[in-house]
Formats: sequence, C-alpha cells, structure tokens
Amino acid sequence: MIYRVISKPEFRSFIDALVQANSSFGPRRVDTAANGDPVYQFMPVGSADDIEFDYTTTASSAKHFFLPFSEELSRFCFHERDWEQKISYEAQPVVLIGLRACDISALNILDDVLLKGNYPSPYYLAKRKNTFVIGMDHLPLPGCFCKSLAHHTVSTGFNLFCSDIGEKYYLSINSSKAFNYLKDFQTEEPSYEDNCLLTERRKLISRSFQTEVDVTSLPSILDIEFDSPVWEKWGTKCLNCGTCAMVCPSCYCYSVEERFDIDLKGASRNRKLYSCNLVDFAVVAGGHNFRPKNGDRLKYRYYHQHRGFAENGNQQICVGCNRCGRACLAGINPRDVINDLRMEKDSCMICVSQSPGRT
Amino acid sequence: MKNPVYTFEKLKFASFEFTCCEGCQLQLANREASLEAFFSLLDVRTFREISSEKHDDYDIAFVEGSISRSDEIERLLAIRRQAKTLVAFGTCACFGGVNSLKNRFPIKESIAEVYDGLPVETLPVRKISDIVKVDLSIPGCPVAKEEIERIVVNLVTGSLPAMPKYPVCVECKERLNTCLFDLGEICLGPVTRAGCSAVCTSGKTPCLGCRGPAEDSNFPAFMELVKERGLSRRDLQEKLGFYNAFEAYTVHET
Ligand code: SF4
Ligand code: SF4
Ligand code: SF4
Ligand code: SF4
Ligand code: SF4
Repeated sequence: MIYRVISKPEFRSFIDALVQANSSFGPRRVDTAANGDPVYQFMPVGSADDIEFDYTTTASSAKHFFLPFSEELSRFCFHERDWEQKISYEAQPVVLIGLRACDISALNILDDVLLKGNYPSPYYLAKRKNTFVIGMDHLPLPGCFCKSLAHHTVSTGFNLFCSDIGEKYYLSINSSKAFNYLKDFQTEEPSYEDNCLLTERRKLISRSFQTEVDVTSLPSILDIEFDSPVWEKWGTKCLNCGTCAMVCPSCYCYSVEERFDIDLKGASRNRKLYSCNLVDFAVVAGGHNFRPKNGDRLKYRYYHQHRGFAENGNQQICVGCNRCGRACLAGINPRDVINDLRMEKDSCMICVSQSPGRT
Repeated sequence: MKNPVYTFEKLKFASFEFTCCEGCQLQLANREASLEAFFSLLDVRTFREISSEKHDDYDIAFVEGSISRSDEIERLLAIRRQAKTLVAFGTCACFGGVNSLKNRFPIKESIAEVYDGLPVETLPVRKISDIVKVDLSIPGCPVAKEEIERIVVNLVTGSLPAMPKYPVCVECKERLNTCLFDLGEICLGPVTRAGCSAVCTSGKTPCLGCRGPAEDSNFPAFMELVKERGLSRRDLQEKLGFYNAFEAYTVHET
C-alpha cells in the first residue's frame, strides 16, 4: 500500500478525468423520501459533478455490478442434429466510485465464496478483475453496525481508498493501476499533520456508531436457538418480499433456469439472484417445499448471514451495513432479531444455572 | 415444425374475447422483433385480431375478458367443450379486472349511467373460472408479451409453464427503484405476483395488483404495514379492489 494526500479540487479533477474516460458509476441522489431523507443509488456518472461525494449510503449495494440480478451464463445453439454450448466471461471495464468500507468488505467476502472455493466463478472473476474500485470513508448512519463486525475499516479489496481529512483526501493506493492514474495529478507524501488528521478521522468514525450488535459467539447461539420461538415471531411479520437479499451486499443466492429461444434454434441458461425469503426458494422437483413457513425462511437468511455456511468457512457474511433493515417494510432488522435471540439465550442460561441447584 | 435437434408440433391455437378492451390479445401481435418466430409456434385457427379465417378445430384456447352477459356464457361453454387447454388470458379473465368495478353499483344504476337508459342486458361481472374450468391463468393488464412467449414455448416443448411465485418487490429492487412506501404511498407490490418487471413502480406509480396475489403472500403483515405507516385504509381498499384480484383477501376486511 502507498499513501498520498490530494487536495479536494485536485481529487475532483482526477475523478473527472477518470469518469470521462471510462464507464463509471457513483453515488447519485435519486429521490427524497417522505421523511426528507435523501435517497442515493450507484448510478452511471459522466463527470465529477454527477457524483455526490458526501452521500450517506446507497439504498441498494454495489453487488449487482459483480453479480448481476440476472445474467445469461451460457448459450446453446442447435445445428445438424447436434448442439454447441457457448460461454463468454467477458466483462467491460468499469469504474466504481464511493464504496464504503463495509461495501468493500462484502466484496472481499464474495471473493472468498465465489473465487476461493472448489468451483471459482469465472463470471464473477471477470467482473471483479475489470472493476476499478474507489472507496470513500464516511460517518455512520444511526443504524449502521459494521463496527460490531469489524468492517468499518478495510485494508484490501479496493484500488484506491479515500479518507476525508478536511481540506484533503488521504489516499490509500492499493494497485499499480491507481498509482499510474494518479501520476498525472498533484499528490503529496502525507505530512505528520496529515497522519494525525487521519487518526482523528478514524477515531471520529469509530465513536460515531450509535448501533452496536453483540455478535460474540453468535454462530453457536444460532445453532442452539434453531427451534427458538423468535423465528416465528419475526417470520409472522415477514412479507416474503426478498427485498433484504436484493439490497444486501453479501447475499449471493441464485436460481438457474434454462429456456429455449422463441425460434427454438437456441437456448440459454440464466442465473437470477434469489432470496431465501422467497416462498419457493426451497421447492424441489415434485413441488415439495422444505421451508414452507415464513419463519423458517427468515431463519435461514439469518443463518447464512450470521452463522455462515461451510463454503465460506462458517464465517459470518453480514458486514453490518443495515441496508436490509432500512429497506424492510416489515421493520425486520438484524439488530432487533439478534438481540431477541440473545435474550432467548440469556433467559435460557439463567434457567439452566438455577434449576439444578447447588445443594 | 423442426429445429435441427427436436421436432415439435405447432399449437392448434384460438383466441377469444369477452368483456374487455382486447388489450391483452393485442399484446400477442406486439413485439415485432420476435413476431414471426412467435407465430411460427402457432397454427392459428381463430384469432380475429390477426386473421379473418375461422376454424373450430383448435386444441388450446386463450380466453380474454370477463363474463357479463348470458350469451357470453353460452360461447364460453362451447369453447370449453372444444379446447383441450383453456387459458384465462389477462386480468379480466383471471379476476374480473377493471370491469368488476361495475359490481359495486346496482345494475340498474350502471345501465342508466353508461347507456343513458337504453335497455341493455347485463349481468354482474364474473371471472372465467366462475363459469368453466380453467387450465392455466396468465394474469396482467395487459399481459407481458415476454412472459407469453416463454409460456407458449413451454406449451410447445411440453415443459411446465412457470410464472414467478414471489412478489413484485423483487423486480422493483432489481430496478433500483425507491420504494413508494418511503415516498408515502401505498403500493400493492409486496402482495402481488411478479412478472411484469415492476413496470408501474419503475414509473413511480404504485402497483395496483393487476397480476393478482403472489403465492403465500403475507396479507396480515401487509395490512399491518399500511396501518403502521399511518396510510389511508380507504386508499388501500381502493387499490385492492381496482382489478378485483384480491377478492379473497378483501371480503373479511371492511
Ligand atoms: S425480512 Fe423484510 S425485506 Fe426481507 S423478505 Fe421479509 S419483509 Fe421482505
Ligand atoms: S444482512 Fe443486512 S446488514 Fe448484513 S450485510 Fe446484508 S444488508 Fe447489510
Ligand atoms: S386485462 Fe386489461 S388489457 Fe387485458 S383485456 Fe382486460 S382491461 Fe384489457
Ligand atoms: S415500490 Fe412497491 S413493489 Fe417496489 S419495493 Fe416498494 S412496495 Fe415493493
Ligand atoms: S406493477 Fe403491479 S399493477 Fe403494474 S403491471 Fe406489475 S403487477 Fe400490474
């Protein structure tokens, strides 16, 4: 890693040149909610003026740049009593500006799942390799809890990370590409004062968290609470709408469908991001549904997020961005669900420690 | 009809309209890019929007519209006798559709209002499955042509026609729309079957549920959401009643 500082106007010129020369996406204000809050999304940008550098967080994550909501995985062409399969992994280079530390952590988690397992995904790899990621730090929103999962800072997985130290950005340069792009712009070695400002900035971010979720031994609590009434309590509220998984930066479940082209001369295999909350997620051939109840489906989403599956070493994949909590119309959010589970567990411990007695 | 690997039979196809705007049938003739391929899957026996020929030897009948006159019942029964597969095609056919708004008023009043007192024979609006057995329902006001293409390919190739079971919110989120609830409106997306690519909400218009209930949708939780956000119950009832697609859920609610 190489560290530099850049003045804000110079940074703007740098970003401007970068986005003018590349297909780029950055945070843009798309709406104002009824309560007055601005709504941001990663959208195409054509100049630095299009970008809201001081945005809060986007409603949807940047996941779909790497795992599109739907994607054609392969084509089949029929000819002369035979058929041929065509697969293409090509991805156009893209510049992504303004990802938060937790967003980049989520990409690192997706890397673990999709690249480091037995069957690395070439589709994901092509996009990940061809995407230039610029991170930017920010002060947390009231519901953000990435600090609880130690994802409020990030040290890998990006090309460039910018910390706002007032008049300047403190740049962490993590790729030769980023280093070369920056050569044409005026940057400086961080001074002692810049380093102090960076430390101050990090402290400020760290103390600004208003939401803390106690995730210690959560995986084992989840195992113990598999049959907890908590699941039914929250499941009854769940609309099975899949919104939580769609906006989440680390949910990666999908369904695959094959279909003929309308002229029957070809066919395609398609992947669509899915959600374990959707009613037919666990339906198998013959129509049997392994998870017919809302509570069961919701439980599995929490299991995947907070207990982890074998394919990623049983690690939690939630990064604490709280996008799911903000977007859920039913008011279901990780903080409340996890706290409920903890309370279940705690009351259970009291009971266990009291009942045998000490006589 | 053949592709190099498989041989398929064309569908002996007929399309009929009842009380409706014929917008759904028009969709069948829409989407020029794939129109030729689409019609090469069909042996059209009767379909007045595209051909003046009329033959009664069809196997599959797309029935569009709702039933609002006694002569329509006779016609529908005849179609049912002939068709091996009868498809309720479009929201009017599946749920009654916009036409059902009429059922909220005394018949006499509607006739007086609409026909200025001319004597017209009309019945309360009913959906197709109220009269005959329906083998497949394809909702939408109008139907989505892409979905129709997929379903016709399924029927030709003998695979199961499938529609999304999940609600519109999934497709709405794919399009990165701001949720209309966050903009202070009631949207039926969370309880409505997807498949339309969230066309209304992407244009900032709340979903009125033309595709009917999603499978296993959590209606009590949805009512709770509207209540919690302090949104108008009347607006909710208006929306639920618009296409008559939530009849089963609205009867016990007032
Ligand atoms: S938890 Fe919330 S966002 Fe997720 S499926 Fe349920 S209602 Fe939808
Ligand atoms: S589960 Fe929720 S809080 Fe965790 S990463 Fe996903 S959207 Fe963010
Ligand atoms: S469902 Fe809508 S588009 Fe189709 S016939 Fe009825 S009114 Fe027309
Ligand atoms: S606007 Fe409607 S369809 Fe879209 S997410 Fe909100 S409730 Fe769902
Ligand atoms: S958004 Fe709702 S009303 Fe609009 S087409 Fe889709 S299902 Fe019908």
